[in-house]
Amino acid sequence: MTDLASAEAPAAGLTLAETDDSTARLHRNLFIAIAAVLVVAPFVAYPVFVMKVLCFALFALAFNLLLGYGGLLSFGHAAYFGMASYVSAYTAKNWGLTPELAILFGTAVGAVLGLVFGSLAIRRQGIYFAMITLALAQMVFFFSLQTPRFTGGEDGIQAVPRGKFLGLISLADDRALYWLVAAIFMGGLLLIYRVIHSPFGQVCKAIRDNEPRAISLGYRANQYKLMVFVLSATLAGLAGATKAIVFQLASLTDVYWTMSGEVVLMTLVGGLGTVFGPIVGAIVIVAMQNYLATLGAWVTVVQGVIFVLCVLLFREGIVGVISKAIKKPL
Amino acid sequence: MFELLGVPPQALFGQVLLGLINGSFYAILSLGLAVIFGLLNIINFTHGAQYMMGAFVAWMCLNYLGLNYWAALLLAPIIVGATGVAVERLLLKRIAHLDHLYGLLLTFGLALIIQGVFRNQYGSSGLPYAIPPQLTGGQNLGFMFLPNYRAWVIVASLVVCLGTWFLIEKTKLGAYLRAATENPTLTQAFGINVPLLVTLTYGFGVALAAFAGVLAAPIYSVNPNMGGDLIIVVFAVVVIGGMGSIMGAIVTGFSLGLIEGLTKVFYPEGAATVIFVIMVLVLLVKPAGLFGRAA
Repeated sequence: MTDLASAEAPAAGLTLAETDDSTARLHRNLFIAIAAVLVVAPFVAYPVFVMKVLCFALFALAFNLLLGYGGLLSFGHAAYFGMASYVSAYTAKNWGLTPELAILFGTAVGAVLGLVFGSLAIRRQGIYFAMITLALAQMVFFFSLQTPRFTGGEDGIQAVPRGKFLGLISLADDRALYWLVAAIFMGGLLLIYRVIHSPFGQVCKAIRDNEPRAISLGYRANQYKLMVFVLSATLAGLAGATKAIVFQLASLTDVYWTMSGEVVLMTLVGGLGTVFGPIVGAIVIVAMQNYLATLGAWVTVVQGVIFVLCVLLFREGIVGVISKAIKKPL
Repeated sequence: MFELLGVPPQALFGQVLLGLINGSFYAILSLGLAVIFGLLNIINFTHGAQYMMGAFVAWMCLNYLGLNYWAALLLAPIIVGATGVAVERLLLKRIAHLDHLYGLLLTFGLALIIQGVFRNQYGSSGLPYAIPPQLTGGQNLGFMFLPNYRAWVIVASLVVCLGTWFLIEKTKLGAYLRAATENPTLTQAFGINVPLLVTLTYGFGVALAAFAGVLAAPIYSVNPNMGGDLIIVVFAVVVIGGMGSIMGAIVTGFSLGLIEGLTKVFYPEGAATVIFVIMVLVLLVKPAGLFGRAA
């Protein structure tokens, strides 16, 4: 049983099914606050930095949907993120697709890859599942390394045009692009929130907590697991595709296994199995990478130390701790 | 000069040899993972970093202490194994009661730390380590040239693998170990010190990785990233073999190395991914792995 998230569920005894009125109000207020921050952010912070945070936050949200609510630890999410990023960059640059079509294309490839890898990986559980997803992702990495005609090999795909949104609005300006990225992020967040609170999400959590029981109740556990896997891969793809347009670059770092580790770290720092935790985790980790960049290889060491400390002392993550303090699921 | 299946025999046997060498490393590393997994139920993500540490300790022994290869072959597993004991006592022990995935995350963090520290200290370019003088040169077998050192690597890893198998499957200590794997509480009730057994097992698994690292030092250049990519291939080997049996780890390790070598001859582009493709095929037919018991 992989009850990773449930074993450490933030507000023990309070599942989202029991979400009461005051919690619903709190969540609604939080959404309004996030929207307000999104509107103000590009005027107070460097827009490209904010867009980077949003892309990684969406990636972490997608990952957390799978781990926190499906109980499945994928260690190969870089595959969907990176491959979607390559496809989006390639189609925008070589086929001249408009940015929204390029992003859609990348997302679709993430979904297909998720369907193929997911149907293989859910055949095993727990640690094996993690190893299989990791090995499959490494296959994608070698593929990316060996097909320079498509991926640009070690150089990656550079100078990807940002193009015109719907063929009308130029996204060359950071501010213009920012609104598109913010809309994509908000859409992804709302979708995930909706999924978690739908009957489908409830069944996923039931399977996460006790798979044999869910099966005996008549649920086809594997179908649910596969669906949540594909959904997570699709949203990870959406994040990767958007990132390629923002940075006008798709490179091997996006498909390498350290990227899979980074998204785990973001989720862990923010709070596993919390709705809003991955966003906080992404802000912390991306900010850390930006401000510690001068330390060079020490950044890896710092990340490793945070990993170890989180697992040893801080398993609930930032939002998990807050959620426990206010006794409401976040 | 005759050809074998359209490939010059020199190239064919050369790759077969290379495949067997890689297979030796896959076998020792997946064996170490299997031993640790058996008793601790942890996928030791630090295994690759510990393999790299083995190679570095050998290099340090030579360059800082003037100790030769043979001394390093003995010392490095002991030193790195001791760090493993410390890791188990200080860190892994604290999370033993939690979901096993936390063990994977913790050891992943450790791997990042170790690799980062070595990269800061020694850069990523790699340091040379000479083949010991007793093992330079090679034998001309008529159909191919066999470098002595490579023959030694294959023999040494076979001996270590089979020795480990004998230790676990045929000795009293191994019986305790298997009993503790089956039911730790009951084994403890019989007066066996299970926590000590767990610590020593982890140390032994880590020592195996370090031993492989010393063997690898003269073949590959000693560099901080040498374990990172290898370990993921080893994970695939483990999935193919199944974690159930010690012998499974050894047999799968060697045969997958061989298959990889042969792919390099007949379809070079596929060599990097052939093991992952086999993993997919095995998963489709036998999700528990070739030698594994059903989950």
